Amino acid sequence: MNVAPALSVEGLSVEFRTRSGIVRALDNVSFAIAKGETMALVGESGSGKSVTAYAVLGILDPAARVTGGKAMFGGLDLLSAKPGQLADVRGREIAMIFQNPRTALNPIRPVGRQIADVLIRHGNVPGREAPAQAIEMLRAVGITDPARRAKAYPFEMSGGMCQRVMIAIALAAKPSLLIADEPTTGLDVTTQAVIMDLISDLASELGMATIFITHDLALAGQRAARIVVMHAGHVVESAPTRELFARPRHPYTAELIAATPDSAASLDDLASIPGSLPDLRRTDLPPCRYSERCPRKLDACGRPLPQTDTSAHHVACWNPLPMSAS
Amino acid sequence: MTALLDVVEFSKLFPVSGTLGLWASLRRRVTGGAEKLPKVHAVDDVSFFINKGETVGLVGESGCGKSTLVRALTRLIDASDGSVKLGTRELSLTPAREFARDPDRARIQMVFQDAGESVNPRFTAFDAIADPLRRLRKLRGGALTKKVEAVASQCGLPLQLLYRFPHQLSGGQRARVGIARAIAVEPDLLVLDEPTAALDVSVQVVILQLLQQLKKEIGMSYLFVSHDLSVVRLICDRVLVMYLGKIVESGPAAEVFEHPLHPYTQTLVAAVPRADGNGKERLRLTGEPMSPIDPDPNVCRFYSRCSRRTETCETAMPALRRFGDRQVACHFAEDFLPQHKSEHGQKDKPQAEKQPVGKTG
Repeated sequence: MNVAPALSVEGLSVEFRTRSGIVRALDNVSFAIAKGETMALVGESGSGKSVTAYAVLGILDPAARVTGGKAMFGGLDLLSAKPGQLADVRGREIAMIFQNPRTALNPIRPVGRQIADVLIRHGNVPGREAPAQAIEMLRAVGITDPARRAKAYPFEMSGGMCQRVMIAIALAAKPSLLIADEPTTGLDVTTQAVIMDLISDLASELGMATIFITHDLALAGQRAARIVVMHAGHVVESAPTRELFARPRHPYTAELIAATPDSAASLDDLASIPGSLPDLRRTDLPPCRYSERCPRKLDACGRPLPQTDTSAHHVACWNPLPMSAS
Repeated sequence: MTALLDVVEFSKLFPVSGTLGLWASLRRRVTGGAEKLPKVHAVDDVSFFINKGETVGLVGESGCGKSTLVRALTRLIDASDGSVKLGTRELSLTPAREFARDPDRARIQMVFQDAGESVNPRFTAFDAIADPLRRLRKLRGGALTKKVEAVASQCGLPLQLLYRFPHQLSGGQRARVGIARAIAVEPDLLVLDEPTAALDVSVQVVILQLLQQLKKEIGMSYLFVSHDLSVVRLICDRVLVMYLGKIVESGPAAEVFEHPLHPYTQTLVAAVPRADGNGKERLRLTGEPMSPIDPDPNVCRFYSRCSRRTETCETAMPALRRFGDRQVACHFAEDFLPQHKSEHGQKDKPQAEKQPVGKTG
């Protein structure tokens, strides 16, 4: 990648202190996203996808601690930035669409007001003009009768409409990076298609870089140019989408693709992934957190993982599937 | 094959009182209900059947009445109209309250969406599975323990987990508890409401394969409710597509997904994300769905969002018509029949019977 990346995360590690021990939620996570690129962060629940996004935005739970790494965004390290600096970046430069819009929106404030709030704080819009612009934003995300809907509360709207409002809030200040955390989970497939179209259309219109967080590999494959696969707080593989599906190299990625219903002709062709995520509270976690589930495990897997490189197809494995495998 | 479950002209309407004005609702209270309340047509005149040993999928967007239909079929709520026959027993005559103690209660069981929410948090896995056996099979003591353990191992639930509470189990294990609880009383029909929606793909596969295997072992029929078409395609023999309280299309799963005839089914199939299908044409739902409150009986329910609408659709509700082993409720279904693709407009093919069919068969 010769273009300066919009966001580059290097060696990000995050721990959670809990009553039952320290959870090493993220360990040495690195990835970069170019300007205007669409990237997907894929993994099972508990793999650390959302924590990565929260760490980058500085909105981690108070029990969490960033123990290492950098997140460079236009010359600013988001992980060591002062709260005031972060507050200016958040919402204006980097916006986030949260999982489950119904709980992410303020339940006691009309949605039009919530959009206007962002416009006033981050969009340099005078307070008097904000409500009218908020209505325009609602129109832009495809809500019919926006003037009336602007006065509605989140509970009065359907899930798809709440998600559109979330998108309008996220895009109000025309950010250069959008992080969408499971933006369509819980929506119908038909609504999902419309919402995903809307995000991609607006992203290409504004030249925005987009990070999709999803557990749906088929959706990631359809929408993203590049996919980063996470497992138990590690990035196990990152590659251009077509390459990843044609030649997955990490055993976990291969199993994940084999388990996705879309790729299989019948139920018997689908393979399940044996085992489950390791307990991240353990102090004796092996360097490769997949090794205990891995069918291709070697003795060499006890060594620290191969150094993270920024090449187009990165695999964190000592015994990856061969390049020629189909 | 004989039909196990036969549903005929089945409807469920919910009165909505909030839409009446203050004056009208006061007058209604005084006159004792002379004012007619507007009604939500959640399920409207639906007919279908499920054969013995068959897996039928029910798909549709949220709010289309899938869950209401399923809850009425499993006799958790009472229907407004129509008949539900399980074998020779007419179920719709027994009120839901009484049916809970009926011996036939054991014959229809349900697996709910997200077992984490639907299993009593104060019941251990053992209690959850034992409860229906205690109530419906009157098992006690050693016989009960033996049966619970047998069912648990049949569902792949390790026996040492039986004395844990739901919050101590993983999502996949909770799903197994939900399934074990439902099959414990050996039902003829198992209704599954999005059983894998809350699970990761790796766990989803295991649960789907478990369901397939249980079906072979016990010989149950399934009614599988889902909005994930890629899952429905894998597990179902036949699908019913629902839109705003009506069945708009039905037929063998492979055919329906390969050549959808109804415009709604077409958008539904086009919306399924495919990792390789970048070239797929954008066929998207536009517009708002019609209100389910007292909809005009002479307008097609899909009219407001249909790309193919004409004046005909505004003046006549399309009936469910049969084409071979498929049924479609659209005036223009013929245009999309695979045999007709080359010869557009020629609508008098022998297999397209024009008369409406009331009952799916």
